[in-house]
Amino acid sequence: MSRDIAILGVGMHPWGKWGKSFVEYGVVAARAALVDAGVKWRDVQFVSGAATIRNGYPGQVAGATFAQALGWQGAQVNTSYAACASGSQALAAARSKILSGECEVALVIGADTTPKGFLKPAPGDRPDDPDWVRFRIGITNPTYFALYARRRMALYGDTLADFAAVKVKNAAHGYTNPNARYRKKFTAEDVAASAMLADPLRLMDVCAVSDGAAAIIVSSVDYARRLGKAGAPRVAAVSTVTPTFASALVEMPDIATDSAIAAKAQSFRAALPAKAYAEAGVDPADISVAEVYDLSTALELDWIEDLQLCPRGAAARLVREGATTIGGRVPVNPSGGLACFGEAVPAQALAQVCELTWQLRGQAGARQIDNARVGITANQGLFGHGSSVIVKR
Amino acid sequence: MNAPAVAAPMPVLDGWFTLDAERPQLLGNRCARCGTVYFPKLKSGYCRHPDCDGDAFDEVPLSRTGTLWSYTNAAYQPPEPFAQVDKDAYRPFAIAAVELAAEQMIVLGPVVDGVGVEQLKVGMTMALKLEALADGKLTWKWAPAGAMA
Repeated sequence: MSRDIAILGVGMHPWGKWGKSFVEYGVVAARAALVDAGVKWRDVQFVSGAATIRNGYPGQVAGATFAQALGWQGAQVNTSYAACASGSQALAAARSKILSGECEVALVIGADTTPKGFLKPAPGDRPDDPDWVRFRIGITNPTYFALYARRRMALYGDTLADFAAVKVKNAAHGYTNPNARYRKKFTAEDVAASAMLADPLRLMDVCAVSDGAAAIIVSSVDYARRLGKAGAPRVAAVSTVTPTFASALVEMPDIATDSAIAAKAQSFRAALPAKAYAEAGVDPADISVAEVYDLSTALELDWIEDLQLCPRGAAARLVREGATTIGGRVPVNPSGGLACFGEAVPAQALAQVCELTWQLRGQAGARQIDNARVGITANQGLFGHGSSVIVKR
Repeated sequence: MNAPAVAAPMPVLDGWFTLDAERPQLLGNRCARCGTVYFPKLKSGYCRHPDCDGDAFDEVPLSRTGTLWSYTNAAYQPPEPFAQVDKDAYRPFAIAAVELAAEQMIVLGPVVDGVGVEQLKVGMTMALKLEALADGKLTWKWAPAGAMA
């Protein structure tokens, strides 16, 4: 029996800093996805919302908030919180509902409005809160990305030019993407001229935060057939595994790894796509396109290896050879990635699936990849959350 | 006649490290059953190893030296609760991730004042020191072991 579900429609609200409510962005994305699917809002039986905790009420009740804004019509509802993987977890909830026969067609939706200024912990002394502790001694988010980047330089000989090449590639990819926030081509010289943020990473190596929304209409394969959409792209795997003790990497917001005295150290990032490959019965060699979470340029290189698109340590060479550029062997972040979007946490994992859907349908315009058949996403966020989704046609 | 009392420097976090000025050590705890070491100390009382039912822990000082796993710096002043100085007075400081062989874990920390990223190299030996933050509170910091007296 097929474990696939069909992607009938996708829609996004462009990323940016628009100063509006996340609800408005979500409605725009949902309506676009419904039109794309040819499904009436009244026919949607399940609304699966991806939540952010940043905006408080009603951000915490994402599913119901969007259902009300679209017009209450009695659909069942669910809200998922999984940090950067919230969108994938919402997709997983819809998939379970569809595969169990509890519903046939569902709306999966995530939207965010970012707060002004830099993220920092709430005031007050909280020595038991690792997030408070690390800021107290001066460790911010870019610290972690920079530690991983420097480690690559020491282990594999990656250079600042390699990291800049990722930014230049993603900027070129996102240049024509109407949903991208930053649509400007950059050169390696531009990256090298930007201010140092956390050595070896410069401001242009690290992504921003944005407002944005993404929505997907998914259904059973039978429902898709009845709509005349038997050939619609399918979701073949949704991996939302947690880490396995002991952690091999210091992860935000911690100040230490687990001790590997009594258990082998494990890579969380590598575990996420491994589960997706097993679930879909897909081999890394089958992948035609990948959308990965480039919180930093160097992190995109880590993801390429975690996705097993090349051996450990060979990702920079892949980028240098142009293999990850549109037109190359396995294009990475054809959307432009976080470099061109900025992160809109609960929408981002769904935006990755939207891009794969357009690529697999041949509707990606100037950024279209030839004959894209199987795509994979990967992302990781706080608190042991992460995801990897495989879409195929 | 009593000499005026000199206030002892206060740690930024109580019980996270010894206050030995010469040979400070981070303080963790260890599961009495499986030997897993925790830093910061595990306070839940239940070992996080998925196959271990341990619920008794002994306080342990961590290794004073380790191997530099990676490093970076804070080019911009981190936000509060990091003790703030005037924007013009801020000087970037390095940050180290140090791998402790006995504990088989990596511990982050600032690098002592005066040692920048250009003086660091992955694989070098680092040792623990205590140094004050801008508000006078003591924290643990890492220093290249060669620079130690």
